[in-house]
Amino acid sequence: MAAQIQYADVEVGTELPAASFPVTRATLVQYAGASGDFNPIHWNEKFAKEVGLPDVIAHGMFTMAEAIRVVTDWVGDPGAVVEYGVRFTRPVVVPNDDQGGLIEVTAKVAAKLDDNRVRVDLTATSAGQKVLGMSRAVVELA
Amino acid sequence: MALDQSFVGRSYPPTDPYEVGREKIREFAAAVGDTNPVYSDPEAAKSHGYPDVIAPPTFVFAITFKAAGHVVEDPQLGLDYSRVVHGDQKFAYSRPVRAGDRLSVVSTIESVKSLAGNDVIDIRGEVHDETGEHVVTAWTKLVSRAPEEA
Repeated sequence: MAAQIQYADVEVGTELPAASFPVTRATLVQYAGASGDFNPIHWNEKFAKEVGLPDVIAHGMFTMAEAIRVVTDWVGDPGAVVEYGVRFTRPVVVPNDDQGGLIEVTAKVAAKLDDNRVRVDLTATSAGQKVLGMSRAVVELA
Repeated sequence: MALDQSFVGRSYPPTDPYEVGREKIREFAAAVGDTNPVYSDPEAAKSHGYPDVIAPPTFVFAITFKAAGHVVEDPQLGLDYSRVVHGDQKFAYSRPVRAGDRLSVVSTIESVKSLAGNDVIDIRGEVHDETGEHVVTAWTKLVSRAPEEA
């Protein structure tokens, strides 16, 4: 482990640098290939609407992967993440335009645990709505 | 049609090993737009104490979800997979996944519930490397939505 943040330097309420992650149709095609999840709700607008979605939506696992970047960028070493869990509450809608969608992530230290570990609570929103619930990571600091 | 409670606790045989490649990790990191060099540069990974490049935290889902597929497609279980959505996902890591790992998954059905007509199934995937060392456990909650009334 080579975390760059010292356990002694953080306290409950310490905010991590926030970040925003754009997602376009091209992003979703690339993620589908990399992850092997080719569910058409992530690339086929006609199919997505037929099953009752407003439009193509991002993979939940894509949103989960973006949200944890706020933690891994902060701590430096992604291997310092010991636990990570989310609930998928709302989809990230990705319109077929130049903008696509945007995932906005904030995070703060919610608890200091034993063994230099802290629990970080994450908030991820898109178009003003919370897209992940119960989004928490446990990270081992230096 | 409620799912059979007798499936709770059932484990499936270990999957054939998935060999984690450097280029697959690089492809995944690029797809999520993450430029952290520990995902692409073996020297950067070594400077953090790893023997080779490591994978982003959610990379292993592709492996555990494929393993969970053997559960959800079990004809005896009878889950309507066309109506399944991903409810929750959690990982607990003993160490990061890294290039060169040969990972095998044992999937276990932790719970089966019926909530407001939806079938909810919790699957635990225990991931071990070729030496038998535990790498990560993945918990996946899948919800099979009730069909609309005809």
